[in-house]
Amino acid sequence: MEWETVIGLEVHVQLSTRSKLFSGTSTAFGAAPNSQANIYDLAMPGTLPVLNGEALRMAVRFGLAINAEISRKSVFDRKNYFYPDLPKGYQTSQLEFPTVGRGAIVIHLDDGSEKEIGVTRAHMEEDAGKSLHEEFATDSGIDLNRAGTPLLEIVSEPDLRSAGEAVAYLKKLHSIVRYLDISDGDMSQGSMRCDANVSIRRPGAELGTRTEIKNVNSFRFVEKAIHYEVRRQQDVLEDGGTIVQETRLYDSVRDETRPMRGKEVANDYRYFPEPDLLPVVIDEELIEQVRAGLPELPDARRQRFREEFGLSDYDAGVLTASREAADYFEQTASACGDAKLAANWVSVELQGLLNRENLSIAESPINAPSLAGLISRIKDGTISGKIAKTVFEHLAGGETDVDELIEREGLRQVTDTGEIEKLVARVIAENAPQAQQYRDGRQQVLGYLVGQAMKLSRGKANPAQVNQLLREKLQP
Amino acid sequence: MNLGIIRAREANLPQPLNTPEIDKIATLARLRVSPGEAGEVAARISEILGLIDQMRAVDTDGVEPLAHPLDAVQRLRADEVSETDRREELLALAPASRDGLFLVPKVIE
Repeated sequence: MEWETVIGLEVHVQLSTRSKLFSGTSTAFGAAPNSQANIYDLAMPGTLPVLNGEALRMAVRFGLAINAEISRKSVFDRKNYFYPDLPKGYQTSQLEFPTVGRGAIVIHLDDGSEKEIGVTRAHMEEDAGKSLHEEFATDSGIDLNRAGTPLLEIVSEPDLRSAGEAVAYLKKLHSIVRYLDISDGDMSQGSMRCDANVSIRRPGAELGTRTEIKNVNSFRFVEKAIHYEVRRQQDVLEDGGTIVQETRLYDSVRDETRPMRGKEVANDYRYFPEPDLLPVVIDEELIEQVRAGLPELPDARRQRFREEFGLSDYDAGVLTASREAADYFEQTASACGDAKLAANWVSVELQGLLNRENLSIAESPINAPSLAGLISRIKDGTISGKIAKTVFEHLAGGETDVDELIEREGLRQVTDTGEIEKLVARVIAENAPQAQQYRDGRQQVLGYLVGQAMKLSRGKANPAQVNQLLREKLQP
Repeated sequence: MNLGIIRAREANLPQPLNTPEIDKIATLARLRVSPGEAGEVAARISEILGLIDQMRAVDTDGVEPLAHPLDAVQRLRADEVSETDRREELLALAPASRDGLFLVPKVIE
């Protein structure tokens, strides 16, 4: 019998404010331990929180981007637990009245279809510090730089049905927060962290008991952790066992999930409204102000790229996954006037180069105007598509002036009929047996002869002209 | 206050809290309640719960939940870094520190 997988994700996104959620301490990454931990972050008696307005605006920005309800009044609560990296003894979060209510995110599946995934809510909360257990023999070291960093926790409905859908959702979320410029979304640095609630059931049955996989830190690991967990639950249930509702950790080295050890007391956070903060009122003016500043979002841009540039849905999807790539493509396409060639060069050649060099598009050694220059020279016949790759390598090496380098390197395509005739005559003379084979009706030999001509011209002859002339000359 | 316990009490009032319940609350709050004190603590917390029960009995249909007694709204702060690095001064207040880290007895999850 079949099993159906049911997944809901809780994603913590670190908001890219300059200062913390409730204090004026810097949130810059990579500072010396505890150099960004001040009296409020350390929970010194008498200190009080003051809400960072920009963090609130970022939460609203996200809410508007996913067409969510924005709470006109949201309330912060204390979530009480004791751990050394949480000096206050509670995390300030939002329980009953989160800033962002119900919304939805559309994901694109591999088969080309779309699916809408419900977002239950997104609430604001502060991050905890970091515990270092390995450094010292009998002690743990505590670094509170991260304590108080603003987070947005985005909770999905259990609408995801496979590890692949979960990854598609996560990538979409990543794309949205990057477009909105509210987070760098860097999973390797913990700016985006994912907890996955996973259960299985017989199709149509009630939801099964779920387990929660905590803190998975890459797209690939989310996929692998869910795959493992689904298989594990299937094995347990098919052997007649029951699933225990528990929190598990994913071990990427052994590719398995394991129950977290030793939480003697079950989660009982004894939430209550944070008396040190007043209710947060979000008025229409603020909402409209934020709405007016929203950028064009990935879905809208994808559709526009299809309509305006005639791109396939797949190409439009690849090019709009990141705002930087979309900007780069759009600049290249408008400058060279050929969207399809631009799409091809950006997503194949340029992307290949960036992957090889492990660079982001923002760090690309070739800028959009140079790439557009190269494409223009293919279009007007100055260089062949093949020679264009040589020009591309020069650009990758740091050159910027396409026309200058074509002249200097003598890469201009030969289109002069007289020269091509000479070339063709020479190829026929030097490859008499093959030429005869063609005359005798072996059509496929033509490709070989064209290849010889191109080789002789060091790639510069116009291949279409060579092809045509060869046919004419070898006419029986 | 522990919602589970409050809900459990709704079903069977007016039983005072028993020792395991007191132990659980004390553990969650990291308070040390000696066996000798448990009875008195139970009685006092039960009294508070009684007060809560009394309030719960009031019909509040249609009343907006009150998150804060002050009739005011939260002021927002500009996103500016106003604090400077005071690490040495603050680390000096801790019982133990090393290499810029606060030290606590080893905790492993």
